Parts: sequence; C-alpha cells; structure tokens
Amino acid sequence: MRLITLTFTCAVFIACNHRTKENGTSPWPASFHIGRPATPAEIAAWDIDIRPDGAGLPPGAGTAASGKPVYMAKCAACHGTGTEPLNAKLPGPALMNDSAGSDFRRLKTLGNYWPYATTIFDYVRRTMPYNAPGTLTADEVYSLTAYLLFANKIIDEETVMDARSLPKVNMPAKHLFIPDNSTGGPEIR
Amino acid sequence: MNKKKISRRTLLGGAATAAVVLFKSSYGKMIQAAIPESALLTDDPTKIQGPPPGKVGTRSPFEHPVKKPSDISSRTPLQDLYGTITPSDLHYERHHGGVPAIDPHQYELLIHGMVDKPMVFTLADLKRFPSVSRICFLECSGNFRGSKETLMPQEVCGLTSQSEWTGVMLSTLFREVGVQPKASWFLAEGSDAAVMTRSIPVKKAWDDAMVVYAQNGEAIRPEQGYPARLLLPGWEGNTSVKWLRRIELSDQPYMTREETSKYTYPVKDRIRQFSFGMDARSIITYPAFPQQVEKGWIEIRGIAWSGWGKIAKVEISTDNGKSWHPARLQEPVLDKAHTAFRYLWQWDGNTTAIMSRATDETGYTQPTLQQLIAARGADMGGYHLNPVTAWVIQRDGKVLFRPEKWK
Ligand code: HEC
Repeated sequence: MRLITLTFTCAVFIACNHRTKENGTSPWPASFHIGRPATPAEIAAWDIDIRPDGAGLPPGAGTAASGKPVYMAKCAACHGTGTEPLNAKLPGPALMNDSAGSDFRRLKTLGNYWPYATTIFDYVRRTMPYNAPGTLTADEVYSLTAYLLFANKIIDEETVMDARSLPKVNMPAKHLFIPDNSTGGPEIR
Repeated sequence: MNKKKISRRTLLGGAATAAVVLFKSSYGKMIQAAIPESALLTDDPTKIQGPPPGKVGTRSPFEHPVKKPSDISSRTPLQDLYGTITPSDLHYERHHGGVPAIDPHQYELLIHGMVDKPMVFTLADLKRFPSVSRICFLECSGNFRGSKETLMPQEVCGLTSQSEWTGVMLSTLFREVGVQPKASWFLAEGSDAAVMTRSIPVKKAWDDAMVVYAQNGEAIRPEQGYPARLLLPGWEGNTSVKWLRRIELSDQPYMTREETSKYTYPVKDRIRQFSFGMDARSIITYPAFPQQVEKGWIEIRGIAWSGWGKIAKVEISTDNGKSWHPARLQEPVLDKAHTAFRYLWQWDGNTTAIMSRATDETGYTQPTLQQLIAARGADMGGYHLNPVTAWVIQRDGKVLFRPEKWK
C-alpha cells in the first residue's frame, strides 16, 4: 500500500511539473534529506571539463615545439603525421591532413571541422592516449594542443598555449556550426 | 519425485557434451541452470524427469538470438524479437571506451555547478527517492546501413532497443540540489575510459529525463550503464550518458568532442549540431533478409518509433510504393516507444517490394532517402538517417534488402 501511494504521489508530482501541489495525496517535502553535501575537494577531483570560454583550464603551458616530441612518442602511431593518403586506415581518426586542408568533405580534421580549440584540451586530457587514458600532465596537454593547432596551420610554432591564450584561438570551422532547434513537427529536415 | 533419485550420471550426462551448467551448491543441492542435452536427446519428454526448478532461468538451447558486434558497437537482432521489449542481454551497445566495471557500493553521483547545494548521492540514496518506471526506446543516431542486398534488419538499424527503465526523475534530484534559475544547460559525465560527456538543455530535466538504475525488472546491465545512467527518452542514445558519475549545471553548453567533432552532420553548407530528437521511423522485421517466404498469406511485422511522441500510424506498401495501406498497431501505443505493427497480406508469388512508413503524433512522416538528400544535401553524413526502406521479394520467395546509396 505504501508503495502504491508513493508511486501515485510521484505521478502527480510529474504531472504538475515539479511544483508541490495537494491533489488528494500528500505534498512533497521541500527536501527529502537524502544524499550529502559535496566537499570542494571532491568536486575539484572530478571537475575536469573545459568550457569554450576557458573555464576549467588548469595552470600550465606549452608550444608546438614542446608538443611535437610528445605527439610522436604517444600519439602518432595511431593518428599518423598528417602526410598519409586521404583513405589511409589508421587505428585512430586523422587529426590533420595536408591533402584535405580546409575541406572537411575530403577528410574531417581538427583544422577543418572542430569549432573550439578548448575541446581539444578537454578531450585529450580526459581520454587520450587511448591505450593509457587520463595519464597526461597539464603541460603535456597544452603542448599537444599547441602542436595539433600548429599542424593544422591555425597557430605558429612559437605561440604559447595556456589558460589565457587557448580560448582565444579562432577555429576556422566555427562559423559553420548551427544548433538544431527542432521541436518536432511535419517538416523533413 | 525425490531429487536424490536422479542419478548423478543423468544430471551430468549432458555436461560433458554441451554448455550445460548443473552443479552442486555448497548445500549439496543440485542447481539447474539449463536443460541438459540428455533431455533433448529423448524422443519423448513425457518419459523422462526433467531437471528440478532452478535459481536462474535460461533460454531454450534451440534459441540463439545474438547481437552483432563490431569494434565499437553491437546490434540488436530485431528480426529475432517478438513484441517490443528487448531482452536485456540483447540490448544494443555503443560505447567509446569499453564497458567499465563499477562497484555499486563505491558508486556516487555528484551534482554541482549552478546549484544551491552541491550534493553527492550514493546508489542507495538514488533508490530511496520516489521512483518511476517507463518504457521507451533508445537509439544511436548513427543507425542506418544500406549498402548491400544481404542485410538483416539487425544490420540495417539494429542500434535501437527498448526496455522498461526504473529510476528517479532527474527533476527530483534537481529540486533537491536547488538548480538555479539561470542554469540553462547541464553536463552529464560517465565514468568509463572515455569519461563520456554531453551537454543537455536543462529543460529536458524538467520534461522527462531520469537517472535509472533498473532495466526490465533487474539492475541495469553493465553494457547499459550499471549501476546508474542518464535516460533521455526520445533523444539520440549518446546523450543518455551511461555509468553516470557527475552532472554540472551551467549557463552554456560545454562543446564537448561528442557534440562537435561527432554527432554533428553537414546540412547544405552548414554543420548541424545538437540534434537531440530521434525522428519517426519504422522497419519491417518480417519478412526480411535472410528469410525465404511462400506464396499465400504472410503477416508483415515490424516496429515503428518516434522520439517526439507516439506513433500515430504505420502504412504498408506491398507494390513497391505505389499504394499504401494502414497497418494494425499493437496497443498500448506509448510515448517515445517502439510500437509493433502488423499487416496481413496475400502474396501472389510475383516479384515485388514491401515497405513501411511511420507517422508520429506531431504529423511527421518518415521520409525517403531522396527527401532527406533534398533537405540536407548529398554530403549529409551518417547521423539521424531514418529513411523508408524496402525488402524485395523475389519469385523464389527469397527476401533481399534494397540498397540505399547516397554517396
Ligand atoms: C592506441 C591508439 C591511440 C593512441 C596512442 C592515441 N589515440 Fe587518440 N584516438 C584513438 C581512437 C581509437 C580515437 C577515437 C575514439 C572514439 O571515437 O571514441 C581517438 C580519438 C582522438 C581524438 C578525437 C578525434 C576526432 O576526430 O574526434 C583526438 C583529438 C585524439 N584522439 C588525440 C590523441 C592524442 C593527442 C594522443 C596522444 C597523446 C592520442 N590521441 C593517442 C586512438 C589513439
């Protein structure tokens, strides 16, 4: 019986969209007092995301010059060096390619398809290298990001990438992205 | 009959030859986990005692529905299923860093960012909140293949499955942490090796998003996000982040790799991003490749679904698209759910093509590939493709997929 009452309360609650309303059942309390407060240290340990405005970028820095040896040692085996033919089969997706250049219809690369440079930092830090995810230091990730931007001809070899400069990098593909604001309906889109 | 009278040889007889698991528990009791092969070898099942009741049931050894795995995904055998609930072990898989092993006692969900009270919930906490169950489909937005004739429904669009999910409404948790009015997006993050992240509009949380811990009456399977995952009914599967460990409220999207480099697609001279809803679609699962049918009565069967609401109708053509007739829909027709359809047809033995086309309650009718190309351009990529497909029935009764190429 208790269970049934609980389920019903919940259904009513959803129907009136998270407002507490008396409708033949008991209203929800302001808080269930379930769960515990998160400590700042806990949040810091997991909060690894980087926003396009740079929020979340850690201290550290790197350049293409410092990134190249790291890339060659830890990434090139799977992602190539950008000189492969367009149809080359690599263990990981191509990240740059001299023949594709700015044309993503030939081959998608960071240079011709990625709208934000911050995404490179976020993604590489959270999950690359594929065989040892999450093992890179902040300096290594800044250096690799700088190298990948340089290899895609977006920044030059000496430009330092850090928390201030990275969000300012202008990605060539950014203007191509449009949000799909569809809300359903008959139109074929 | 006394269990002790079953001889050890009978019980273990099959074990030597088949994957039969009859074993002795620590209490010395025989446990049944499958029908032994010895039972299958008898001509008359009424003349031999079967195995005793068991702790866990098994599929008949005559049934072998299997998923079709690749390096990055595994597809549901749609052609082998009945009704609309996918057996949990046949649910499709798509993940970017493998299936993580997570101890449910260590599991925690952190919700922080633009909230009044950043909080941590254990799995036991999640289960204490008011719970809700709902049936809905999940579908990967990269769910169309059509390059050759020898494709099964599983290969054409097997990256969709349906379950009854149980968990807590995300709105319940958001109310508990006090989501601030200015928060318009949240980041959902998984604890797999991809540390999967997607940005989701907060509105979805107030609409129908859930954090679920159960699937078809039991704990979620590891492949589906054990011990808890996000569930966004009707939205592209990748957004229902599995192995959910963290939600951060924000006033802007995070532009993660999975919403920029992937899960986006060229539309004319632009790239479309944040395509969340899965458009209406259907597939005939019988008759389909590799079946061979006979002249006479055939019940055409399949499933239809829409991420925008209920299926309003499914139409069938048995003359290669010249005429269309309504199929019967199996009640109850649920919101954002696989809906079974059936259409009785008498095949005269001549070569033809059969097709299905779904319409949802928003008035959207499943398009042809040509209509999708007209709307998006020939370079449209592989995401969110839901075209009408055809099965060609040859004179000899063999059924083949009609390839749909667009590049
Ligand atoms: C063992 C092979 C391997 C190694 C080594 C490796 N990667 Fe990857 N990388 C992959 C695979 C596979 C993917 C695709 C993963 C997916 O789609 O889920 C990927 C994806 C990426 C992407 C996203 C590409 C896109 O188009 O979306 C970037 C960026 C990347 N890796 C950078 C790096 C960097 C930098 C390193 C070196 C620190 C590295 N990778 C090392 C295999 C590898």
